[in-house]
Amino acid sequence: MATEKKTIFSPELAARFDKLVTLYPMRRSALVPMLLYAQDEVGYISKEVVAEVAERLGLRENDVESVLSYYSMLRTKPAGKYNVQVCTNISCMLRDGYGILEHCKKRLGIDHKEVTADGLFSLEEVECIGACCWAPAIQVNYDFYDELTPEKMDQILDDYKAGRGKETV
Amino acid sequence: MADVTFTVDGKKLTAPAGTLLIEACKAAGIEVPAFCYYPHLAVQAACRMCTVRLEKVPKLQTACTTPVTEGMVVYTDTDEVRQARKATIELLLGNHPLDCPVCDKGGECELQDMTFKYGAGESKYVEIKQHRDEQQWSPVVYYDRPRCILCYRCVAVCGAGMDVWALAVESRGARSVIAPNGSDHLNCEECGMCIDICPVGALTSDTYRYHTRPWEMNHVATVCTHCGDGCKTTLGVRTAADGSEIIRGNNRDKSGMNGDFLCIKGRYAFDFANHTERLTKPLVRQADGKLAPVSWEEALDFAARGLREARDAKGGKAIGVIGSNRTTNEENYLLQKFARSVLGTNNIDHHRTADYAAFAAALKGHAGREASLRDFVTAPAILLLGNDPTEQHPALAWQLRTNVRLNHARIYVANHRDIKLRRQAKAAVTLPQTGYAQFVEYLAGKDGAFKGDDATAAFRNAVKKEESLLIAFGSEFRGRDIQALVAFGLSLPNVKFACLGDYANSRGAADMGVLPDLLPGYVPVDKAAQFAGEYGNSLPAEPGLDLVQMFDAAGRGELAAMYVVGANPVARYGIDAAALKDTFLVVQDMFLTETAVLADVVFPAANLYEKAGTVTNTYGDLQLVKKAADKAGTRADFELIVRLAEKMGAAPKSMVPFGRGVRADVGQTRGAQSGEADRHAVWLVAHHLELKLSPFDPFAIFDEIQRLVPAYNVPRLNLLAGNDEHLKSELVQIDTGATRRDMVLPANDGLYTSGTLGNYSAKLKEVLASHTTVTKPAETAAD
Repeated sequence: MATEKKTIFSPELAARFDKLVTLYPMRRSALVPMLLYAQDEVGYISKEVVAEVAERLGLRENDVESVLSYYSMLRTKPAGKYNVQVCTNISCMLRDGYGILEHCKKRLGIDHKEVTADGLFSLEEVECIGACCWAPAIQVNYDFYDELTPEKMDQILDDYKAGRGKETV
Repeated sequence: MADVTFTVDGKKLTAPAGTLLIEACKAAGIEVPAFCYYPHLAVQAACRMCTVRLEKVPKLQTACTTPVTEGMVVYTDTDEVRQARKATIELLLGNHPLDCPVCDKGGECELQDMTFKYGAGESKYVEIKQHRDEQQWSPVVYYDRPRCILCYRCVAVCGAGMDVWALAVESRGARSVIAPNGSDHLNCEECGMCIDICPVGALTSDTYRYHTRPWEMNHVATVCTHCGDGCKTTLGVRTAADGSEIIRGNNRDKSGMNGDFLCIKGRYAFDFANHTERLTKPLVRQADGKLAPVSWEEALDFAARGLREARDAKGGKAIGVIGSNRTTNEENYLLQKFARSVLGTNNIDHHRTADYAAFAAALKGHAGREASLRDFVTAPAILLLGNDPTEQHPALAWQLRTNVRLNHARIYVANHRDIKLRRQAKAAVTLPQTGYAQFVEYLAGKDGAFKGDDATAAFRNAVKKEESLLIAFGSEFRGRDIQALVAFGLSLPNVKFACLGDYANSRGAADMGVLPDLLPGYVPVDKAAQFAGEYGNSLPAEPGLDLVQMFDAAGRGELAAMYVVGANPVARYGIDAAALKDTFLVVQDMFLTETAVLADVVFPAANLYEKAGTVTNTYGDLQLVKKAADKAGTRADFELIVRLAEKMGAAPKSMVPFGRGVRADVGQTRGAQSGEADRHAVWLVAHHLELKLSPFDPFAIFDEIQRLVPAYNVPRLNLLAGNDEHLKSELVQIDTGATRRDMVLPANDGLYTSGTLGNYSAKLKEVLASHTTVTKPAETAAD
């Protein structure tokens, strides 16, 4: 049924969702993973994503929005091509994670949850990313960079800018 | 489940295993405070107010989520628990504005009460409160975000309770807010349950906000005047320049059959009573052809003279009487008595919305076969044929949803429309609009009657397997179809029936003989001996004209006079005004309706909220109506009928058997204080004293009704105390209901309409205008 319908997702993701909803005793339990996968493909949770996810799960849109607005890792606006997530939780904070964050802000000219004008970078201050042993650490999309200094940070951003960064989504 | 024994604060208690601790404590008179917990709604454990100490459990536990177990030892009143409550309230008040002096909820606010009883006198918080502007979500609902304590009761009642799912929680932590489904507005049924259930002043209603304070009102619990369900609504009334005015309607008194429920009409559509176009002076048509205000005496004389002349010159057959769907049983009874014994005519009818006569005939002699509205919340299985309760019988729909949610009741729906209750149905069948009778034949076993498939066969088998079943049917069923349906039902074990009609007292109008062929209690007019004896004169034995025939007769110039009480047949039946040009027309109504503008005399009438008496809902539940409001210049229909009868030469005592040599005012004139008089009446009855003191005392007529209509001879004390009594419909003596013309014209009211009355409710009209598109049924799975 669902595959015959018009979908805004790629055929692979639509097929994945069709399977996903069958894995839980209640369809709506698939909501959070669906939103995460949708965000990876679309870049953010658009109104269209909300509508289709709601329809796939037999929920109302405001139920989806309740969950969506609860989780800070779900975005309702597009992020940059490279989403720089700087950890400032305890270990990173003690090893000057805030310094890294400030450095990124200055270097990129944007604040928390903002996107550069060229759409290349976005910046986020995030909670613990589980890299405490190598603090301070950041995550760019799904890739980790650790034991950072402002100089190392510059190198990373330069690499991404020059197209030498990892291209995982 | 088996009982368990446990100890709370040193007291040994017993409750069925699985009972929630908070409920068990409540039953034992031990208060465990809570905000988010609400009986029969999903437990949330959100507010942390109900935490108690359980022995051998390391941390305080929420009493609202803890089921009692054998040997459990609980402390609800230790220093630790008190401190926890204090801290919870301190946190709740962290950002709650202290605007109690202007807040609608001030005086009846749960947070205020809890702060008073359990809270801290001072706060450790010095941060500035985060103010956010209030929002208007619909013509009735306002949301004041800082006042919200996020108990989620509104979300629960709107979702699980109403099956509307219009509210949700957005964001988290300190930024959490309740959000409506239309991002900045609500797409919902506007029932106002969220406002009623809100423990604080976060959700307020447009009709009440900033109008008054709770302690400035008298609260009168009476029966809603709108649909046929007969919900109890509590009207808050306050003295006004011209009587006493209704300021608020809500469900403060939850003793009614509707339980927690009220729809928009019961809650907000009282405003017709305060409408500026309300008539407050009698009007008589002058020589220049215009209606002009005159004195009561003059108007009554004029009306009585016109009716008397018509009767004396052309006989009772040339007079027609049309009764109301919203007047009390006593008024309906008195009207037919007036028509038959004073005007000498059986030409009496009302706008019929269900074929109650055929229903009574079908049930004749079968005791206990009529379902009360109360039965629908406990019955294990219900078959719903026709009707759309969500729109037409909101309280019934509430009962059904509640029953499914709490007791897993099985609902079988057969309908030609895609009604919302199908979401709760175990099985549903779509019928052609004219296929109801055939479907009943099919259910009864005649396979050829209805083209069924596997699903309909399964539906039939499931219905037939039920060991106990309620059958509710709409106006799709009339006459013989009702008989066939009842015959089918009686072939199954333990079946009860409900006939769904519209308006507050349609049932009462039929029961009280506002019909051309049937006397009160559905006694045929040719078997009137008992009534004639009581009335002291002979009654016409020929059946009279029905409503449509009366207007036909008027059009032919054969109807010399017509008396219309609380009805608007001209608009409802699309009567051509010219048909009435030679008819002397007397109308009693609140407004100058399409019918009243044609009248020769118009009497300004009181409405159901401004009088006392009884009404019968469509399920045959009899309830007391209490006088709440008062409007100077209007008179109850009861009083008007008595005075007209007197002016026509009838002795008031023969109309209303009142008094035993004693005259006194026992409350009729006391307006909002009549509740006191009603309580007084209860006391008198309890001491074997009865009140029959005034010719305007509806209870004197109620005596007569109880004597002559056996079905209405129910215990009086419970009724006077404000509770519902179910009629003994098996005592109805009726021979035939199937061969008469049923004349049923369903009201087809939705949630925001209420016949002619609805046109005079500004709030209903506003809501109707805001709902330009039909609300889509909720899409959330009903699990």
